[in-house]
Amino acid sequence: MAKNNALKKLLIIGSGPIIIGQAAEFDYAGTQACKAIREEGIETILVNSNPATIMTDPGIADKVYMEPLTEDAMTAILERERPDGILAGFGGQTGLNLSMALEERGVLARLGVRLLGAGRNSIKRAEDREAFKELMLTIGEPVPRSAIATNMDECRDFIRDVGYPVIIRPAYTLGGTGGGIAFCDEDLSLLARRGMENSAIGQILLERSVAGWKEIEYEVMRDAKDNCIIVCGMENFDPVGVHTGDSIVVAPIQTLRDEEYQMLRDASLKIIRSLEIEGGCNVQFALNPENSEYVVIEVNPRVSRSSALASKAAGYPIAKIAAKIALGYSLDELKNYVTQKTSACFEPTLDYCVVKFPKWPFDKFGAASRKLGTQMKATGEVMAISRTFEDALLKAITSLEVKLDGLRVDSVSRLGDEELRRKIDACDDERLFAIAEALRRGTDVGTLYEQTRIDPWFLNKLGNIVRIEKALQSEELTVESVREAEQTGFTDDEILRLSGVPREVLQDIRIYNDIFPVYKMVDTCGGEFEAVTPYFYSCFDAEDESRVSKREKILVVGSGPIRIGQGIEFDYCCVQGVWAIKELGYEAVIINNNPETVSTDFDTSDKLYFEALHTDDVMNVVKKEHPLGVVIQLGGQTSLNVAENLAKRGIPILGTQFKSIDLAEDREKLRLLLGEMGIPTPDGYSVTDEKEAFEVVEKLGYPLVVRPSYVIGGRAMQVVYSDEELIKYMDEAVSLSAEHPVLIDRYIEGREADVDAVADGEDILIPGLMEHIERTGVHSGDSISVYPPHTLPNDVADMLVEYTRRITRRLNIVGLINVQYAWDGEKLCVIEVNPRASRTVPILSKVTGVPMVKLAVAAMLGKKLRDSEYGVGLYRKMKLCAVKVPVFSGAKLADVDVALGPEMRSTGEVLGVDEDFAGAVYKGFLAAGMKIPTEGGFYIGLRAPDRNAKTAEILKEYIDCGFKLYASEGTSRFMDEYGIEAKTVSFDEVMQKTGEEICGLINVPEVANKPGSNSFDIRRKAIERGLPVLTCMDTAKVFLEAIRLKKAGAALRYRTLEEYLCNA
Amino acid sequence: MSTTMNNKGILYLADGTAFTGKSFGERATRVGELVFNTSMTGYQKILTDPSYKGQIINMTYPLIGNYGVNETDYESERIHAFGLVAKDIAFKPSNNRSVMNIDEWLSGQGIPGIWNVDTRMITKKIRDEGTVKSVISTEGLSFAEAKKLCDETELRQDWMKEAGTKERFRIEGAGYRVAVLDFGIKTSILRGLSALGLDLHVFPYGSAADEILSVKPDGIFLSNGPGDPAAAAEGVETTRALLGKAPLFGICMGHQILALAVGGRTYKMKYGHRGGNHGVRDDAKGRSVITSQNHGFAVDERSVTDCGMIITHKNLNDGTVEGMRHGSLPVFSVQYHPEASPGPNDSSYLFDRFLSMMEGGRD
Repeated sequence: MAKNNALKKLLIIGSGPIIIGQAAEFDYAGTQACKAIREEGIETILVNSNPATIMTDPGIADKVYMEPLTEDAMTAILERERPDGILAGFGGQTGLNLSMALEERGVLARLGVRLLGAGRNSIKRAEDREAFKELMLTIGEPVPRSAIATNMDECRDFIRDVGYPVIIRPAYTLGGTGGGIAFCDEDLSLLARRGMENSAIGQILLERSVAGWKEIEYEVMRDAKDNCIIVCGMENFDPVGVHTGDSIVVAPIQTLRDEEYQMLRDASLKIIRSLEIEGGCNVQFALNPENSEYVVIEVNPRVSRSSALASKAAGYPIAKIAAKIALGYSLDELKNYVTQKTSACFEPTLDYCVVKFPKWPFDKFGAASRKLGTQMKATGEVMAISRTFEDALLKAITSLEVKLDGLRVDSVSRLGDEELRRKIDACDDERLFAIAEALRRGTDVGTLYEQTRIDPWFLNKLGNIVRIEKALQSEELTVESVREAEQTGFTDDEILRLSGVPREVLQDIRIYNDIFPVYKMVDTCGGEFEAVTPYFYSCFDAEDESRVSKREKILVVGSGPIRIGQGIEFDYCCVQGVWAIKELGYEAVIINNNPETVSTDFDTSDKLYFEALHTDDVMNVVKKEHPLGVVIQLGGQTSLNVAENLAKRGIPILGTQFKSIDLAEDREKLRLLLGEMGIPTPDGYSVTDEKEAFEVVEKLGYPLVVRPSYVIGGRAMQVVYSDEELIKYMDEAVSLSAEHPVLIDRYIEGREADVDAVADGEDILIPGLMEHIERTGVHSGDSISVYPPHTLPNDVADMLVEYTRRITRRLNIVGLINVQYAWDGEKLCVIEVNPRASRTVPILSKVTGVPMVKLAVAAMLGKKLRDSEYGVGLYRKMKLCAVKVPVFSGAKLADVDVALGPEMRSTGEVLGVDEDFAGAVYKGFLAAGMKIPTEGGFYIGLRAPDRNAKTAEILKEYIDCGFKLYASEGTSRFMDEYGIEAKTVSFDEVMQKTGEEICGLINVPEVANKPGSNSFDIRRKAIERGLPVLTCMDTAKVFLEAIRLKKAGAALRYRTLEEYLCNA
Repeated sequence: MSTTMNNKGILYLADGTAFTGKSFGERATRVGELVFNTSMTGYQKILTDPSYKGQIINMTYPLIGNYGVNETDYESERIHAFGLVAKDIAFKPSNNRSVMNIDEWLSGQGIPGIWNVDTRMITKKIRDEGTVKSVISTEGLSFAEAKKLCDETELRQDWMKEAGTKERFRIEGAGYRVAVLDFGIKTSILRGLSALGLDLHVFPYGSAADEILSVKPDGIFLSNGPGDPAAAAEGVETTRALLGKAPLFGICMGHQILALAVGGRTYKMKYGHRGGNHGVRDDAKGRSVITSQNHGFAVDERSVTDCGMIITHKNLNDGTVEGMRHGSLPVFSVQYHPEASPGPNDSSYLFDRFLSMMEGGRD
């Protein structure tokens, strides 16, 4: 069975914005799929609203529609393009849901479009709980006792039969949204209601809890000829009860006997065959550790986060092969892309151990519950590879960038025994460290197993790490103890802290005895066949397999795990950087640790090192490869952080030098420098205590912007309006980082603009300017922003360009720079200078057609901008409008506020592109998944500073659009003053009406993120109901554009990016 | 007696390469053929598989012993391999069936093991240069002593003569009577045949065709086993005499002996196939299966097709012969292991194929 030659044109659905549960893995999968199809000579069309992705770049698909992933848009695009088929399995749950909707509406049949890969029946039977259960029973595969419920009575009936605990899962959702384990009636009513609300079809599954059983996953592939293989089996460190996205996951499976392994393998094959999936799927099992009884928990009939992990863990490109299968190829006709000689119809065998560790956003969401359960909370993950579990685990922890490189966490060590026991029971993100502490205090593995149900094999491995910790603390350092510690994954820093010896002593021991890591290859076959992929990991073993070529090479430091404030856009920049380096004739080497991304795909760079991005790890690669230079400005703050240490060691950094980076990053130094240049910055001071803070208040007055002296993603930044807020902030902030002063700036209320530029040391090129919709004080990552600026006067735009040019020259920037400005109507101030790639680089590159990263890399390597076809200065304005709309994973984290503020909360973004502003705004909101009401009521709740004439104007427009307004008492009085009709409602009434008469919120709170406050509860309720929650008047104003267009029934036009650009 | 986990162990290869690691298992020295196995699970079944007699096994998966040793995962009564090489050993295993750790088990069975060596480097060496005569020692042997021992020792090629049963025995069943020629049979094969209800008469190596035919078998089965099939002259002779007397099914060495019996040739592979992940195409099914493999010799394709055999199965990676059938007689064989153990169960249907052949034969 070979390729189906009837397929000439195919459409791939992307996954849209990054949200918790649906992240960069779909860029990776989609990019592979596009490439795999395009190389067959088939015209490839991609629809995706996420601008930060590689897959939407020119050259990946033939045509890219950066349009909303809605049924309307898809229908219009299908009508326009008439593809032979669509591939839904690469766009996550979004892709599946959308294709199912199109299928059910008859759109696909009407247009003669085939659903390839997983067909309608496969999707239906895997996704619909009841149909799945029935199928499992038919083929004799055990499933936990369960029932479907659409109301509370059905829930209670099930409990009467089965008892507690029960697991609750909504049907058709992402990342387990709204799921949980109910232990009592109270839990049940809360979780069941929420689940039904979150389900696209109002349906939940109640299920016997198998919490505490081993959680095992298999990645399975099947082709139309019925060939089936397992790509990788994975075992969760955390037993059933913690979402697999929040579990530490190990590959391959560690604690199953061959018979247990084969039993589950047989079941996996039986399941994929019964579902008739052509492509990949993921099967999750629970296995009772006492007696090997198992149940099937779940099947995902598509590529997934797990399949991305399995692909990277095993070196087997699941998405690529799945795409080839969808085209009609069979597994035994395809080759293993890693060995290039052997067959793709085999099962990868690993000769290393892989550990995946989740990256949680709790550092950003201070108020969020850290408890892990069936609802996923992680925003990203890291992966580490080594020859032992211990080394892989410790490398993964180092890769997280949480200032940890071992199992010792101070706050955990300080707990009393009882507190520690409770901490372990609490099952939060620090459980691993609490368990290690318990082992340190002598708790035996048996007791900990009873308490956590984590397999004793894992616990004993932790015990092994603790044993070495103790030996380092109590015994004199010897060559053997150093060797053992290094092999086990201890960093030099940790060895020094534990042993107390001076760094020189440890270094000498390592140098004289040659205790350095070697690099081994990931080759899919355990060394059985020669492999050609240059994909390496470090370990302390005998043979180094990484052969260094004679070519000149450049090392790109990656961006690590996806987190709030540092998302997929930096992986985009790294990948672009790697391609640019290759194009310029150098060998491109990348170091990174994120398994979800394109940058860690085996064929992206010339050589991939899967490593932590700690200075030591980067230095080891530098020592090995001797690159001509290191690129550190593409991987966000992560790669910038190693700049100082590399500079100190005399390692050549390409582009902007550390001295300049330091100048830009240090707010005090930057303020002075810009002052000298006559470029205004907000007045501000740095203070270390409350007394100094009040001296600043004397000078500047409120409102003020307060923040710690270091910055990433606007962490812990706040606008304060009163002494009370300031005192509270100082208390928290100072305890937060005693050694860092707090910076207090005057708050400039005004418009904000982002300028991204490429500089070559002489000239700069600014592809375009972006203006924010929300006023200053809202984090730039969370504000809606517009290309080209829609309100900034031309002379201000000219000033932006001129200031940026001067700053760039003064700082000797070579490569990328991002400058953020505030314009209060009179004065233009610089609020931030980022001497690196920024979130807006992929957006500007796409909407202007200027390949920013490519030009930046060329500049770093000595090419001049004025010789490029794009010229210098401000690039011509395109005749299109693009609106970036942030997307929040609000529904995932029940205790996190959605109100906008200086702290970034969004996890992803979409781009609305159209010929005019209104259309782009409308598309942006649609793409962000925002419901746009055309009738009904809005609840209005405003803090005092926003009760003004400007606000009144906006609210009147809502009335003019036919909305009924409801308001809190205080807000109501204000509206009265301006003659705006509103019904005063109590808190209880709002809660009850939300989702009924009230179909949206315009709610600007005093202080965001105060769980327990009334306004927080109202916002949560609205978010859980999927209603628009507008927490800034500027957003409310622009939302009207979307409402008006929708009310007018305007038919949107959907075009490829290229078509929009050609317009210009 | 178990060596303590921190004593030295060495592995010395005939080409002079030497590795020092830590020892486990028995304090002993053995000389054998160093091979590698790529299975990620199943070490207990691998070590007790008689086909590994005379071999030192280097496991490519680095973490060995994780689920301990239990009372059921035996492919024969004891360990046949001569030694075990691993990257990391779990001295504290975890599994509901585990009764001891792998260190205790190996020492109880008199088998030396070494760990904390670069098993991937060893694998690549075997891949590039072929399987190699080697010495494993946990007794503090120096490399010079190991070299001497290595040079002095000639490896045996005829292990199949003693790997199987010494006495004839029977596993009763209500179904067809099958004569099993035991070259070192795995328990799982006997279990697989028994599961079909077959009445098994198991014959030791060297049994004459007359004796075998005296039980009036409905089918003949040629088992797996260790060594070079060319050294099994008696087995080949017997098989030749049995051809055409009843439907015949051979696995692994049984497949090679069948090839020799019909007049074909076998050859030693550079490093063989040992693991559970190779794809094999079954022409009869028109698709492929993932197989369990353990062989160092293979059947030469031309030599058997010239003798009227039809190739039915091929390895997807290297195109080697994985299965064949006779052009006219109900006779077939596979190089790989449909009984799995360890490895995928994808090919268990071949036992049914044998059964239906016998059904055909009786009509």
